[in-house]
Amino acid sequence: MRSVHEKMQDSDARVLLLACGALAKEILTLLEINNWNHMELRCLPAQLHLTPEKIPAAVEEVVLTSKGRYDEIFVVYADCGTGGALQSLCEKLGVRMVPGPHCYSFFDGNEAFLKAQETEFTSFFLTDFLVRQFDAFVWRPMGLDRHPELRDVLFGNYTALVYLAQTDSPELDELAQAAAKRLGLAYSRRFTGYGDLATELSVLA
Amino acid sequence: MADEEELILSDLPDDELVLQMHDDLYDGLKDEIIEAVEILLSRNWTPYDILTKALVEGMRIVGIDFRDGILFVPEVLLAANAMKGGMGLLKPLLVETGAPRLGKMVIGTVKGDIHDIGKNLVSMMMEGAGFEVTDLGINNPVENYLDALEAEQPDILGMSALLTTTMPYMKVVIDTLIEKGMREDYIVLVGGAPLNEEFGKAIGADAYCRDAAVAVETAKELIARKHNQVAAS
Repeated sequence: MRSVHEKMQDSDARVLLLACGALAKEILTLLEINNWNHMELRCLPAQLHLTPEKIPAAVEEVVLTSKGRYDEIFVVYADCGTGGALQSLCEKLGVRMVPGPHCYSFFDGNEAFLKAQETEFTSFFLTDFLVRQFDAFVWRPMGLDRHPELRDVLFGNYTALVYLAQTDSPELDELAQAAAKRLGLAYSRRFTGYGDLATELSVLA
Repeated sequence: MADEEELILSDLPDDELVLQMHDDLYDGLKDEIIEAVEILLSRNWTPYDILTKALVEGMRIVGIDFRDGILFVPEVLLAANAMKGGMGLLKPLLVETGAPRLGKMVIGTVKGDIHDIGKNLVSMMMEGAGFEVTDLGINNPVENYLDALEAEQPDILGMSALLTTTMPYMKVVIDTLIEKGMREDYIVLVGGAPLNEEFGKAIGADAYCRDAAVAVETAKELIARKHNQVAAS
């Protein structure tokens, strides 16, 4: 599989995928297995998710400096906590983005996820990326490394951790179970594959 | 090197003790805050002065640094927990001593949403500012709000949501108030991470509040405006 850096060097790419870093591995896999060589991937830091209000400005900067060099720019973000601001920006800039509230929603399939929310709204969701990066993106930013006593203040209203798995990996399954245990939540795993992400990218093929 | 000398709170004069309380709140030191509140009470400070000058002012500083990205959620939670410790002592005394009441608020997180950190901070800061607060907790359908409005007859209805998928439910509540001809009876404040001013306007709220400090200031301003309108009519 080629690296993000290598993909960025492609000169014949006609479509720029401007994506959240949390999706890099999954997008590269899709490009590889589908032979979508006309798509170039550029990622913004996944850490932006910790301050979602900064996502639109970061996206805008790249779109404005990249326009004209591609036939199409596709923003591989869902709303991601921007409260519709990213959608409004994309409309203003004339670029498309992935529909849905979050990446875990489009991996699950937005429609299915929304329906499941009727019963799963007390669940905390992890994707492959979040399982691998649980400490960096959940445990430490929430201060639980320094103040474990805050766990129930932060997660006390949740009842379960649901691992929405993009791949079949016993190792990630084990890590996700451990994460659930650390948060004091019941555990379940649901295989999603790439869900709506694959569908959305296939439209650009 | 000699050990750092331990700070004895009771040795500090009032002005220094209050500043130390601001520091201790900032550092989330609950035990120290409780001790300092007890010291000020023993020095005949009124519960209201302790609340406003030491605790609320300290949390105001915490709020500013949170907004400016200097402090993060865990630190704010620890500060809030320390303030809660102090307020636990003061609350019954405030009732006894008849502290000024600015108004009444009913607040809750909307249906389908279990996030309550921001809402809890708003509740606490509103109480600290002199509002009587009824907190409905999380996952509230419109019926919960209606029942509480009827039972409590508040001045303000506050709604909170953290999710893009749940924030539209605020409009369901406001539209129901309009349908029932109750909308003008209340000041409606909304807040939550994915919200913004535009959204607040679009759903027909009176104001979007970015954080707990803004909620308090907005509530005070809108209550004063309402009273002025009543006085003028």
